[in-house]
Amino acid sequence: MSEQKIRVLIAKPGLDGHDRGAKVIARALRDAGMEVIYTGLRQTPEMIAEAALQEDVDVIGLSILSGAHLALVPRIVELLRTEGLDDVLVLVGGIIPDEDVPTMHEMGVSGVFGPGTNTEDIVNHIKSALAARPDA
Amino acid sequence: MPDDSITTLVQDVLAGSRRALARLITRVENRTAEAHTALAALYPHTGRAYLVGITGAPGTGKSSVVNALTRTLRASGHTVGIVAVDPTSPFSGGAVLGDRIRMVDLAGDRGVFIRSMANRGSLGGLAVTTGDVVRVLDAAGFDYVLIETVGAGQSEVDIARTAYTTIVVDAPGLGDDVQAIKAGILEIADVLVVNKADRPGVENTVRALRTMLELGHRVRPTLHHGQLAPPTRFAPPEYDFWQVPILKTVATENEGMEALAEAIERHRAHLQESGLMAERARHRAETELIERLREALLVRLLAGRSPDDLEAVVQRVVQRELDPGSAVRELLDGR
Ligand SMILES: Nc1nc2c(ncn2[C@@H]2O[C@H](COP(=O)(O)OP(=O)(O)O)[C@@H](O)[C@H]2O)c(=O)[nH]1
Ligand SMILES: [Mg+2]
Repeated sequence: MSEQKIRVLIAKPGLDGHDRGAKVIARALRDAGMEVIYTGLRQTPEMIAEAALQEDVDVIGLSILSGAHLALVPRIVELLRTEGLDDVLVLVGGIIPDEDVPTMHEMGVSGVFGPGTNTEDIVNHIKSALAARPDA
Repeated sequence: MPDDSITTLVQDVLAGSRRALARLITRVENRTAEAHTALAALYPHTGRAYLVGITGAPGTGKSSVVNALTRTLRASGHTVGIVAVDPTSPFSGGAVLGDRIRMVDLAGDRGVFIRSMANRGSLGGLAVTTGDVVRVLDAAGFDYVLIETVGAGQSEVDIARTAYTTIVVDAPGLGDDVQAIKAGILEIADVLVVNKADRPGVENTVRALRTMLELGHRVRPTLHHGQLAPPTRFAPPEYDFWQVPILKTVATENEGMEALAEAIERHRAHLQESGLMAERARHRAETELIERLREALLVRLLAGRSPDDLEAVVQRVVQRELDPGSAVRELLDGR
């Protein structure tokens, strides 16, 4: 009777007002059988951490086009840590310059996906990263 | 990493931990074996929250009403738990849950807890586990629990069995397909809301609803499994003299929310004074017990059998060697 679903929060932090990419990802993850909580535009790091907590998600997908990733991502990761959500997988999509990718990983981001990414790669990344979690 | 054993989660939920609350809800939603233990431990702490259902066709503004109503309830010092249900895709089993988009005003308020749920294939507007998730929020101490349904069909009757007060939201300018949905859910309304009152055509919508209300004489049907149960000595029809108010709101501007909160309070008082609250509590408990019993008996019956045995019976029915009624008797007798 027990039934588990991968729960994902898709959020757009920052001020850029364009969420087409985020919606495409949301639908792709739904089509891969996941439950996707879509929160819309202009989310603050606090709103994202709070929604992740309430929704008990396994994954957070951040869509950042504004170039503010170096400011936003560490703040979100820190808030997740203080809420006891260290085990949540953080993915970043959007426009992230190549030289920032290692920094993103150091900050605790599990995957960085640029504009041309095949959605299947994201699905596979989520599945294998979650399977590798200690409690999985 | 915090301790996530089920006993700790239960204790932490009762002590007000929001993280524990979220984690426990997941276990309940996933129907894990330990969820049963947790629900049993929480049950004595339930029955305090006032449960309000919000239903209505998609796009009428249910989530926006939940957002605005919650702000009003918060302003009078009440805490609010919210469960918002959206449909699961029948093709993939996944879902996009978008109700939070309309509830951004509630972010950062620790007196509010919002949880999105996929209905996971259930037909009646709620998920099978929504009632139990509502119980967890109740035990966690919220004064109100607001339940937003899928709102997609005529089978939005689950909500009338779960909530004490059911609000049906309508709006001007929706198509004919929505009229059909409306007819099905109108009879479960305790309060009717015409939202988007800033839009043209409001008065027409109000008038149409009033006519529909007047046509239906209000004997609140006793709902059983999504069907109208025939009045028996176990479930007498409830002659309910509540006058369903029709309220105009503009949820996006927080207009009409005091009147809505007041209508909920009046309905609550009506239920209590008329004795209906107690009567429905009894009926609700009976219905739930019978439903769970039915499920448990089926599980028990099938547990003793291999899928091949069942398939063999299915094939005999298909081949017309055995009629379905006799097949059931055979399965029950264990031959
Ligand atoms: N003009 C107007 N638009 C509204 C009002 N309430 C909600 N909306 C809009 O109607 C759309 C659907 O609202 P939502 O709350 O998501 O409806 P739901 O599908 O029933 O939950 C959104 O674009 C809202 O901004 C209102 O009172 N007036
Ligand atoms: Mg909604």
